[in-house]
Amino acid sequence: MKIVLNGNEKEVSDEILLSTLLSEIGIDEKGTAVAINGEIVPKKTFHGKKINAGDRIDLLRAIGGG
Amino acid sequence: MDELKIAGKTFSSRLLIGTGKFPSNDSMRDAIESSGAQIVTVALRRVDLSKEEGDILSYIDRNRITLLPNTSGARDAKEAVMLARLAREAGLSDLVKLEVAPEPRYLMPDPVETFKAAEILVKEGFIVLPYINADPILAKKLEEIGCATVMPLGSPIGSNRGIKTRDAIAMIIEQSNIPVVVDAGLGAPSHAAEAMEIGADAVLVTRLSP
Repeated sequence: MKIVLNGNEKEVSDEILLSTLLSEIGIDEKGTAVAINGEIVPKKTFHGKKINAGDRIDLLRAIGGG
Repeated sequence: MDELKIAGKTFSSRLLIGTGKFPSNDSMRDAIESSGAQIVTVALRRVDLSKEEGDILSYIDRNRITLLPNTSGARDAKEAVMLARLAREAGLSDLVKLEVAPEPRYLMPDPVETFKAAEILVKEGFIVLPYINADPILAKKLEEIGCATVMPLGSPIGSNRGIKTRDAIAMIIEQSNIPVVVDAGLGAPSHAAEAMEIGADAVLVTRLSP
């Protein structure tokens, strides 16, 4: 199925869990914030969170900034 | 010198460091360590999945340093609130340097949207440090709704022009019961010294643009 990950279309396996997706693309859960379709996903629900086709997923981390 | 207190947290350093303009994470870490600063700002951005990015957090000793995530990039209250919530969910901090800057040229803070966002974030339990123009009325109103500090600008971000808002900052300091942190425009050690002479509680500086 297709999702939109940080603005780019991406093919992932059906019913993939958020935590599996993060580990597949090499993103450390620690320090990462996730929003799905504009809604923030609480960290404690990452493991059970199922991704649906067409979901817009945003992954954010800290960078340098004033 | 006595200690700086922000929302019940105590700091011995009155120097806050921005992490925006360092050529490498190593030089940023060295600057933070040498400065003795205990509060360091970071921004929150979408991860660029097309390239390997060094993790800035692994260069900051969080046993010693309090992170101050900012809401840079926010153009209105809604975007700023979203960024603050994301930063908290990412485990960065309950502190937030609230920045709402809708116009790209001078990045001047929007007082109306900043106030709206501050009201929401204070209610949600954030420790809110709003970046504002040096406006004594706005500063007082932000104090009244529960902000932890106010952060008036000396001159526009990145301009290095020093404190061009001296009289207004002095008024803010005179009337304030919360710490006043002079932020933005400080481009020389003498500018930081001037802020402290006026009576500011702290300053926020970052690396000068080359």
